[in-house]
Parts: sequence; C-alpha cells; structure tokens
Amino acid sequence: MTSLLVIIVLVLLAVALWQLTKIFDLTQVGSNSDSSEIATDGDNNVQGYLMFGFLAFIYIFSIYGLFKWGPLVLHTPASAHGGQVDNLMNITWVLIFIVQAITQVLLHYFAFKYRGKKDQKALYFADNNKLEAIWSVIPAVVLAGLILYGLYAWTNIMFVDEDEDTVVIELYAQQFNWKARYSGDDNVLGKANVRYIEGANAVGVDLADPYAQDDIVVTELHIPKGKKILFKMRSQDVLHSAYMPHFRAQMNCVPGMVTQFAFEPIYTTAEYRELPYMVEKVANINAIRTKKSASLVAKGETALDPYTFDYLLLCNKICGASHYNMQMKIIVDTPEDYKAWLKDKATVVNEVKAALASAAATKDGAVGIDSTKANDSAGVVAVMPVK
Amino acid sequence: MSAEGHDHAIDHEHEHHHKDTFITKYIFSIDHKMIAKQYLITGIFMGIIGVGMSMLFRMQLAWPEESFRIFNILLGDKFAPNGVMANDIYLALVTIHGTIMVFFVLTAALSGTFSNLLIPLQIGARDMASGFMNMISYWLFFLSSLIMIGSLFVEAGPASSGWTIYPPLSALPQAIPGSGMGMTLWLVSMAIFIASSLMGSLNYVVTVINLRTKGMSMTRLPLTIWAFFVTAIIGIVSFPVLLSAALLLIFDRSFGTSFFLSDIYIAGEVLHYQGGSPVLFEHLFWFLGHPEVYIVLLPALGITSEVIATNSRKPIFGYRAMIMSILAIAFLSTIVWGHHMFVSGMNPFLGSVFTFTTLLIAIPSAVKAFNYITTLWKGNLQLNPAMLFSIGLVSTFITGGLTGIILGDSTLDINVHDTYFVVAHFHLVMGISALYGMFAGIYHWFPRMFGRMLNKNLGYVHFWVTAICAYGVFFPMHFIGLAGLPRRYYTNTNFPLFDDLQNVNVLITTFALIGGAFQLVFLYNFFVSIFYGKKSVMNPWKSNTLEWTAPVEHIHGNWPGELPEVYRWPYDYSNPAHDVDFVPQNVPMKEGEEVLHH
Repeated sequence: MTSLLVIIVLVLLAVALWQLTKIFDLTQVGSNSDSSEIATDGDNNVQGYLMFGFLAFIYIFSIYGLFKWGPLVLHTPASAHGGQVDNLMNITWVLIFIVQAITQVLLHYFAFKYRGKKDQKALYFADNNKLEAIWSVIPAVVLAGLILYGLYAWTNIMFVDEDEDTVVIELYAQQFNWKARYSGDDNVLGKANVRYIEGANAVGVDLADPYAQDDIVVTELHIPKGKKILFKMRSQDVLHSAYMPHFRAQMNCVPGMVTQFAFEPIYTTAEYRELPYMVEKVANINAIRTKKSASLVAKGETALDPYTFDYLLLCNKICGASHYNMQMKIIVDTPEDYKAWLKDKATVVNEVKAALASAAATKDGAVGIDSTKANDSAGVVAVMPVK
Repeated sequence: MSAEGHDHAIDHEHEHHHKDTFITKYIFSIDHKMIAKQYLITGIFMGIIGVGMSMLFRMQLAWPEESFRIFNILLGDKFAPNGVMANDIYLALVTIHGTIMVFFVLTAALSGTFSNLLIPLQIGARDMASGFMNMISYWLFFLSSLIMIGSLFVEAGPASSGWTIYPPLSALPQAIPGSGMGMTLWLVSMAIFIASSLMGSLNYVVTVINLRTKGMSMTRLPLTIWAFFVTAIIGIVSFPVLLSAALLLIFDRSFGTSFFLSDIYIAGEVLHYQGGSPVLFEHLFWFLGHPEVYIVLLPALGITSEVIATNSRKPIFGYRAMIMSILAIAFLSTIVWGHHMFVSGMNPFLGSVFTFTTLLIAIPSAVKAFNYITTLWKGNLQLNPAMLFSIGLVSTFITGGLTGIILGDSTLDINVHDTYFVVAHFHLVMGISALYGMFAGIYHWFPRMFGRMLNKNLGYVHFWVTAICAYGVFFPMHFIGLAGLPRRYYTNTNFPLFDDLQNVNVLITTFALIGGAFQLVFLYNFFVSIFYGKKSVMNPWKSNTLEWTAPVEHIHGNWPGELPEVYRWPYDYSNPAHDVDFVPQNVPMKEGEEVLHH
C-alpha cells in the first residue's frame, strides 16, 4: 500500500513540475522576446553545466555501484575451467572501464565546453582519414586479442575428448523439476526416450538396454570433487536451461536431442561454504532474513529458516508458469563420500520392479491372483513399450 | 493523391486540387506526412501500453509479497486476485512488453514515422514511390496492433512464452495457458505486422533509389536517409525469415507437423511429434532477431547524426566513414545471430565462428561513437532537447555497447546468458538508445510534422529525469545479473541465495517508476503542443536538409512549384566560405567555392 502511495506522490510531483514549467514559461513572456522554443545562449549555458553534472553523476554512480553492489557478484569459481572464464572476464572489464571512462568524459565534457554562444563559430572539420584509421585499428587489435583468448578458452571448455576420464551423469529436465541419472559402474548411460516413460520409470530409460541396468535416478545431484563430470542433458517437454552459476556452467536442455557440458568441481560444498567471501555473503543474507523474520513473526506468520549455502542448479530458460522455482541442490562431495552416497541407491530397473511388485501386491490383496508372476523380470521387460 | 510515378517537372506546376474529405485526409490518407503522423501516434499508444506493463512487473519484482490494488484493477480477479499478481500473467506481461516495445514501437513507429516523414522530404520527392502501398502498410500495422491488444483479453491470457516464443513452450497449450488462443493471435498479429513492415521497407528502398531530386547523388544524401535505406534493406532480407518461422510454428501448432517438435512427454502423455528441433526455430528466429536490433538502432543513429550535426553547427565528422560503418554493421548483422545461441546445444564450433563475427561489429560501432564525439569537438552546440537526447543516445550506446563485448564472447556468455546482465545490456544499447533516437527525432521534427514547436523546458525536464532514471534502472541491473540472477523469474523468494539482491531490485523499480511517470511530461507536451504549441517558422533549427525548404503548412507534393535542386552535401555548417553558419543543400555553389570534404 505504501508503494502505491509512493507512486501517487510521484505522479503528483510530475504534475506539479509541469505546472511549474508552465508558470516559468508565463513569467518569460514579455521579459524575453525570443520565445521560439529554440535554445538560447542562456539555455545552452544551463544545459552545458547540467551535462557536466551528468558526467559527475555517471562517475559517482558507477563508483558507488562498484563498492555497494560489487560484492554481490559471483566470486571464486568452483570449477577448474572457471578461473579461465573469470580471468577473461576481468581483462574484458578492465578494457571496458578504460574505454567507458575516456569516452564518457570526452562526450560530456565536449557538450559542456563547446556549449553554444552567439558569437562563437564552429570549426569546419569534416573528415580526417588518420583519425578514422586510428579508431578502427585500435579496437580491431584489442578485439583480436580478446577473440583469440576467448576462442582458446571456449575450445578448452566445450570440447571433451572421447578418451578423457569423466564421470557421465544425465541431467533430466521437466516442468518444473530436475532429475539426475547416474550411469553406474559401466559409466555409460542406457538408452532413453520419452516413449519409455511409465510409472516409476520417470525419465524414460530403455530397461532392456544392457547399459541401463545399473543406471540410478535421483533428485539431488551429488558430484565428486576433482573429477571431470560430463553432463548429458535431456528435456521431456519444453526448453530448459541447466544453469550452475558457481561452476560457470550452462547448457540448454532440448527436447528431442541430448546436449552436454563438462566441468571439474574443485571445492566440495563444505570447502566452498568456508571461503571468506561466502561466509560474509551468508552472514549478510541471514541478517536480511532475520530482519524479515521479525516482521513476519510480528504479523503472526512463521519465521524464515536461516540460510546455509548450497550449490544450485537453476532453470534459466523460460519454461512455464513455475519457471521461477525450478531448482535442484548440487552437493560436491569428496570422492569417498560420493562413492558412499551412491552405493546404496537403487537402480532404475530395481525401482521399476519394486513399484510393479507393490502394485501387484495391492492388486492381489483385492482380487487374489498369483503374485509370483509380477516378480518375474521378463514381465518387467514385457510391459515396456517398444520404441 | 499526386506524386506517384509522374514526371515532377511537368506535373505540379499548378497543384491540381483534389477536395480532401475527412476520411481521405486523416484516415485513409496516402500522403506520406499524414501516414508518418499516424504511425507516430499509434506507436505512442502502443508505447504507453508497453511501458505501462513494465511498470507493473517491476513492481512485482521489487515487492513480490505485497498486494497492489492497481494490479487487481488492471489485471482483473483472475490474474491478480486480491491485488497479488499471478505467476502466469507475470510471464504474459514480460512477453507482451517485449513484443510491443521491439516490434510495435521501436520498429514500426520509429521507422514508420521517420522514414515516411523524411525520405520524400529529404531527398526532394513529392511522395513515396507508392502512396497506396504506404497506406496499406500503415493500416496493416494498425490491424496487427489491434490484434495484439485484443490478445490481451482472451480467457487463458495472452502469449506468455517470452517475446522470442521458443517452441515447444509456445507450441503447446499444455505447457503454458498463454500458448492457446493468446499465442495464435500473437502469430497472426506478427504475420500481418511483417507484411506491413515489408511493404513499408520496399517502398523506402524504391523511393530512395528512384525519386531523388536533381543533384541528390547517393553521396549527398543525409545520413538519416542512408540509415533508413539500409534499415529497410535489412528488414527485407530478414523479416521474411521470421514470417517463415511463424508459419511453420502455426503448422506445428495446428496441423500436426513436426518442424520444431520432437520426443515430447507432457501432461501424462507422449505427443506424436518426431524429428523436429527447437534449435531450428532458434536459428530462424534469430536470423531476424539479431538484424532486428539494428533495424531498431540504425534509424535512431541516423536521426542522431542529423541532429548532432545541425545542433553542433558542424559537419558530421567522417561522412563517408559513417556510411561505410552503416553498411558494415548491416552486413555483419546478418551473420552474427548465433551469439544468442551459444548455449542452445548447437555445435560449439559454430559458437567460435559467431564469437568472431560478433566482436567484429564492435569496430564499425566504435567508429560511429568516436565520430559523434569528434563532431561535438569545437562545435557551437545548440543544446535543444533533441540535441540532449542525441548526446544521451551516444552515451547509452557506448555504455550498453561495451557490455556487448562480454555477451558476444561465447566463453563469457556461458555464465551471464539469460541473466539480468543481458536484460541490462540490451535495454541500454537498443531499448534506451533507440528510444532516445525516437525522442530526438520527435523534438527535432515536431515543427515539420505539426507546424508547431514543442515546449523546450518540458523537453529539458523530460530528458534529464529520463537520463538519470535510465542509468538508475539499468546500471545496477548489471550487478544482479553478474550475481547469477536469471531473467523471467516471477519472484526470487524461492532462492535465499538471492535475498541480498532484493534491495537492488527495489532501487531499480523506484527509478523505473519515476522514469515512467515522467514520460507523462512528454505526453502532455506532445499532445498539447499539437494544438497549442507556438507556431513554427520554416527552418527553426537552421538546418541544411531539404525538408526545411518546404512550406510549414503541409501540401500534397510537398513543394509548391518545382522541386528543389541540390548542389551540395547536407553538412555545410560553418563553412568558412560563407558568412552564415549553414548553407542549405539547394543553395548553388558560389563561384570558385571549393568542396571542403571528401
């Protein structure tokens, strides 16, 4: 409600301002013969100074922003290739700030310095090939450097050698959640297609495929530190995008095709939580949450939970009404913890069997047919639709 | 009713006077000046809707848990019960805001207004090559606007899959309610819009090539005309591709084809689609979508060139380099679309190619920016509102353009793709810059359109508040993007990780609301000045181009009597050979006068 009031005040302010300019205009009548709505020397002077003031605004706002909001941006990459990305990013930022600082000064300073005066004549300066050459060649050289570094990094990140030692994990997207499928001991994902989706087989694994026998599907992503993870991505309905900002990783999930992205995590979740920048960030967030909780409690609602950091996988391609809440927790374990976590997870094949068995059992209870049939693994394969 | 196809020398010696009825003069007019005004006013109304929507969703982002009566009033009980915005209408607002601003305001209204107004007047022609086609072009635009607005009122809500309408989301009503009737109307509206745009563009190209007056060689064209001309060519090359994408999408939606869809399981069933690819749609879409950026931007830059030269009382610096850079930008713009798709799943090798071509665009852009700055140097700057907006454009064009170096680099794009960093970048470099160009054009040519002047003090207030708010909105937005905040999230409250960004969002929204409110100053100035503004003289800005040699009162055929003849380039400002600081193009060269530019 207060914000509505703010808006009304703003609108009224606008109304007041234009009334003021009207009055200002009226006072000018008579005193000033030139009322042609064309800038006079007086206008040029005022606007010239305002241009100079605007330059100050841009500078102060930029510097204020860097100090105030700079700490909010993503810090310390949690993946091996992330350092390279951030390095290139920092180089680019330095260049951008230099160019921005120089050009904005020139632009606004000239607007101030050369503000029009009655008896001033402009310099007739139509062209100069040397200058044009300078400001074509310098950007070209600088950009050539950026392009080369960029392409080198891009090739490193995006192309994964066939014989590289990777852990293959599938990220499976659907409106509005994520699943992960582990390839198991053989490190090869079984075939899959949406046409196999049925019951407990939610990601459409081809249960007859020998590679699929050890595949495991989970809803929380665990990955081992220090191993390169090769993510294969699928979507069952619309476009999604697997965005893992702390790992500098993103790839769209496209129905009808498999996309991929690979990276090597270099900090476990526990280690990343201990990074000084993260400790500070979490403390800051918790301070905000405590404050908010206080006002919630006062209104008789429940307080917010305190926040602990976890890596996240976010959906970053508009995918429907609940797009804003499509996320999955990522946990980077030590290799030992990772193995231990994965060990007791049921494979898809077993989950489907179990689901069928329990379905059959409830059916038995009601109708009383021989239940051994459903436990037969041949029966499991038989109910799978054929592609 | 006069100009098409006649030999101007014989014709129009005496204006044959058709009796104009109200309908032929104000509604189904074939006069380019009237059509320009129609485009402008339609565009302003679309702009009010588009900007108004952004105010609503900015409020939602800043105060996601509050309820606002205004939401309930504007969105109704279905989409904002108790004044709390629903998540699907949020996406609809974002989608229609993008569509309206990009296509209806910054493409149709910007090009439609100024190409129509200025091409015949600045090249010395009686009218467009085909006045009738021009009229059809406007009325198709009007029709498509009506359909787009009509789509806001369908029961399931308007299209809500983003202005890029990527399938399968845009193809399947099961995926999002807006992909039902709302999306159908969106596609129909855009198909008509493209037809309108093509008719306009063809007309502009033919007119510029064929109807230049005596002496108006291509190298004496004002840069405005160069910009409009090249923009029209880009439009003709790329808009049909969007039309084809829209048609194929209609086939997929309604006739069961599988151009863009494959292997889909949704709402508990497998759909029959097999073999298509959404990535194909992305290619088709961005083949228009990227040139579209320059369709929006080049006319604004053209207007700026003219306004800066006139108000600096100096020739535009590097006229030929400006033309070359317009051509280079136009060419490159058609081979960079893939930079929108670095993480789309296309072959990473293509990513390398598109990084290379994309960063090349920075070179002609840098040339343009430096040329503008050099034009100001040692000028005698007349800081009229149009001039302020032009300087503002150069400022936002640089600020927004520089971050393009980050987004155009595939390696860096990985982590900022589809975050608020992108939103900040393109709003500054194409949204705000093109709007500034449009405002500069309106302030500069308002006297030419309506025979009256806009109030300059209101213009100054409008500019300064807008300029501060534009930076106030989009500068902080870069930071929340770099913090990893994805765009198109209805609320960020599900991510404690982003709790510390909320203050920034409030600040952004505050600036947005102030900036939005102050556009009322402009609207007031505009509509009041049409009727009550001070009467304009023939050439208020002491400009060189031909449009200021025509009488203030609009007449069919633009000039009574013969068409003006051109003897010089349009930028003879402060020419040392002359006493006055401007020499219009129709002033013959003095005896022994040298051409002082290349």
